[in-house]
Amino acid sequence: MKYLTPLLLCVSIVAVADEADYAAARAELVDNLQIYARLVGDMDGAGFSDAVMASMHTVKRHALVPPAQQPFAYENRPLPIGHGQTISQPYIVALMTELLEPDADDVILEVGTGSGYQAAVLAELVDHVYSIEIIAALATRAAASLEQLGYTNITTRLGDGYYGWAAQAPFDAIIVTAAASHVPPPLIAQLKPGGRMIIPVGGRFMTQLLLLLEKTDDGEVITRQIAAVRFVPLTGEH
Amino acid sequence: MNRRLFPATLLVSAGAIGYELLLMRVLSIVQWHHFAYMIISLALLGYGASGTCIALFRRQLEARFEAAFAVSALLFSITMVLCFVLGQRVPFNALEVVWDSRQFLNLSLLYLVFFVPFFFAAACIGLALTCRRGAISRIYCFDLLGAGLGAVLIVGALFVFIPQHALMVLVALPLVASVIMSVRCAARKPLIGMQLLWLALLLVGMPQDQLELRVSPYKGLSQALQVIDSRVLNESSSPLGMLTVVASPTVPVRHAPGLSFTTRHIPPEQLAVFTDADSMSAITRFDGDLDSLGYLGDTTAALPYSLLDEPDVLVLGAGGGSDVLLALYHGARRIDAVELNPQMTALVRESHAEFAGFVYDDPRVSVHTQEARGFVAQSDAQYDLIHIGLLDSFGASGAGVQTLNESYLYTVEAIGDYLEHTAPGGLLAITRWLKLPPRDSLKLVATAIDALRHAGVSEPGTQLVVIRNWNTSTLLVKNGAFTPDDIASIRKFSQSRSFDTAWFPGIELSDANRFNLLDEAYLYSGTRALLGEHADNFIERYKFDIRPATDNQPYFFHFFKWATLAEVFALRKVGGAALIEWSYLILIATLLQAAITGLVLILLPLALVERRWPAGTGVRMGAYFLLLGLAFLFIEMAFIQKFILFLSHPLYAVAVVLSGFLVFAGVGSALSEPLARKLEARGQSAVVCAAGAIALLTLIYTFLLPWVFRWGIGYADGVKIALSIALIAPLAVAMGMPFPLGLKRVAETAPDFIPWAWGINGFASVMSAVLATLLAIEFGFTFVLMLALILYAIAATLLRH
Repeated sequence: MKYLTPLLLCVSIVAVADEADYAAARAELVDNLQIYARLVGDMDGAGFSDAVMASMHTVKRHALVPPAQQPFAYENRPLPIGHGQTISQPYIVALMTELLEPDADDVILEVGTGSGYQAAVLAELVDHVYSIEIIAALATRAAASLEQLGYTNITTRLGDGYYGWAAQAPFDAIIVTAAASHVPPPLIAQLKPGGRMIIPVGGRFMTQLLLLLEKTDDGEVITRQIAAVRFVPLTGEH
Repeated sequence: MNRRLFPATLLVSAGAIGYELLLMRVLSIVQWHHFAYMIISLALLGYGASGTCIALFRRQLEARFEAAFAVSALLFSITMVLCFVLGQRVPFNALEVVWDSRQFLNLSLLYLVFFVPFFFAAACIGLALTCRRGAISRIYCFDLLGAGLGAVLIVGALFVFIPQHALMVLVALPLVASVIMSVRCAARKPLIGMQLLWLALLLVGMPQDQLELRVSPYKGLSQALQVIDSRVLNESSSPLGMLTVVASPTVPVRHAPGLSFTTRHIPPEQLAVFTDADSMSAITRFDGDLDSLGYLGDTTAALPYSLLDEPDVLVLGAGGGSDVLLALYHGARRIDAVELNPQMTALVRESHAEFAGFVYDDPRVSVHTQEARGFVAQSDAQYDLIHIGLLDSFGASGAGVQTLNESYLYTVEAIGDYLEHTAPGGLLAITRWLKLPPRDSLKLVATAIDALRHAGVSEPGTQLVVIRNWNTSTLLVKNGAFTPDDIASIRKFSQSRSFDTAWFPGIELSDANRFNLLDEAYLYSGTRALLGEHADNFIERYKFDIRPATDNQPYFFHFFKWATLAEVFALRKVGGAALIEWSYLILIATLLQAAITGLVLILLPLALVERRWPAGTGVRMGAYFLLLGLAFLFIEMAFIQKFILFLSHPLYAVAVVLSGFLVFAGVGSALSEPLARKLEARGQSAVVCAAGAIALLTLIYTFLLPWVFRWGIGYADGVKIALSIALIAPLAVAMGMPFPLGLKRVAETAPDFIPWAWGINGFASVMSAVLATLLAIEFGFTFVLMLALILYAIAATLLRH
């Protein structure tokens, strides 16, 4: 026992030091995201809102990725999380969160829990997040990680996200992180009038654009395709 | 003695080309095909390195030639299997290259692994050429014959066996070669012992699970199999691809690209079909109730049916049958469905016929297993609608991985052919994934406009319609001008489904960006610009390459422009990585890597070793073999492209042209010595005569082939293959002569240079395959051919001195 106490102390010091390192890395990343956003003129040049930045500041990305990826948790890039799945690059997570315009009393549906990172970022901002995952191992791992991090306003389940979560519908916002050849009609039906849905489009390690679907107060649906980057294919007169 | 060397050479050579083609297949399944290309190109530098190695240890090896050959052949056989297994265990993730520099280390490891078997294969041939100088032309003849037969063998084997089992067929070839060379060798006892040991391991000790293909977890098939309760129903493999059918009962597959978000219909149950573990298409459950297909009527691809009544339809690329169902849903009277891959057709017609509602046995449906362009060229029929649906996956389309794929489906000549087969008032409809900023959708418009202008249409804009939703666009080209009634129907169809019109005659900007909002109405403004008088200027200044694709430059999926690279690369951290056309950059990287590695493996040792040849020989003969290596493949690759359309099948074209060139070049090599003796007796240079014949025949073919192809396209496959071989034979015979003639000259004047010649020629062949593609993308295949002629001419001049 006399040997164990100093050992445990050393371990906890190392752990605290790690946490402090992670916090510093996270702060640096979040600052950089804001710089990038203003640089490329997202959100009309205003950058990300304080609330979204605060959420990104709080959520421990390193605690939601596999141990092998933890050293890279605060790099602005997508990371593999096993089972052929990835966690989006933080910039895209911030952008999607921002585009959903989350309010404190919102209830949000997420289709594709993955690591649970996006759900955690949203849970910092809204009342409740419901999240569905189709890969059993990921669903189990994300639920455990989110519970360990103390998120009580995230409910996850394993199953088919195509039909949404009828028992908890309608939703103020829906985020579909799984690839889809079309927007599932049942999800549109479960979106409140005035609600927003966001779908990242592209490959596992490359988000090409974000599809923002808005349901007007009278139920009409329009989409906006938002490229993560402002890239004008042609400049000048022709 | 040489009686044994020749068949051994043939077997090793057949094994090497067979292994190369097999690895291309396997790496296309487990990784992505452009990386396969890159990895194999580098691995082939084993040829160059073997030359260097032989040059360095020539004296020792020459004394033990037979044993050295037998050991190399045995090691080739062993490393074929070993590297096949090891290569799949390297954790290389192609998709992560942009983010994770460690992936370059993994890629280098892959190069190293696959380099080894080719090193040993090339060592056998290099040793033979170096140590048996008196029989150079016949050794080279058997080397080429073996390569030709190896190509045919592996294509045939891949039709019968899965890739892992095809490997076992190939492994036997160098093993037999090793046995043949050991028979009279002094060290035969230990050699035969090792051969028997390897044979026993192959027959009884090979754990089959070690040979299983390990598909990247990021490919569509791997992802689908992660979903709860999903499982593989069928797997079939051929040189055209590995098809895997997946059922997912708990989370059903629902593949409906371009589906309107206003639809009331949900797609019925589907089976996912993956080609090479990616590129998903679907077989849809159909019980004869057309109402269950209602969702198909709410896709952008349904647009042409809003203008047609009981049309005769030609579906190009029928795949899992979605577009055939679309036609049936809209009451088509007759449907000709063309599909290249017979195994795909069999899935719908046999394995899952009941699930698919026996759709391919419907009396209105005729299924044709053929390449699309070939079918159209041979057909006399006129259709109300020619329909080309989404043949590739969004992932492949989006990630820029198709750049290097030639596609004869979307060229100016192709669209011209299609329009000739549409009835007056008939339509050509092409649906593509919509990328932003637009690339292929605008390139398609540009290509259609060119095709209409070639057909004498003065106002192409009157015959075009483009609509889009958020992820697909559909182009209509009409045989005749769209009428006001047509336009009213198109607007009604689009508005009711919240699709945006991007072009119709008389469109206003306000029509173009209503439901699926973009920063700008890119597709509308692009189409307007392409129809305007400054179209060339627009294409020139557009940040992606949207020049119309032609049969001479059939790179529809190539959008890369150097001027744009710096801009998109700077944006990669904020989501710009997807704008980079990776395939093209990978091709450039392959060329640079090959050049640098070639310099290190060949030129650097050459600079260091003692040169035992007359002054000037090294540079002159080095250049000679470099030029031959480049020119041979330039011609071969250009002719493969030219014959693809005629033989109506990319696989036939590769097998016939590749094997034809190799086998007849082998014949040319065998004939070179007696011919050279005759010509030299008359004071003529055999190399100059061969180069002259190559130039003359190539020039004649450049002008003659289009005419021959038009005349012969309607004949049966057997006749066309025979005709192709007859056309290739004289050219290939001539092309087979310069290499052995040069080598013979080296053997007489500077025998120490032989392995260098072999190495340099091998290095040039690797560079040539990559260079030919790059040049064809920029300037077209005719340019590549003409360049090859110049290279042959320079080479002939070099040898004359």
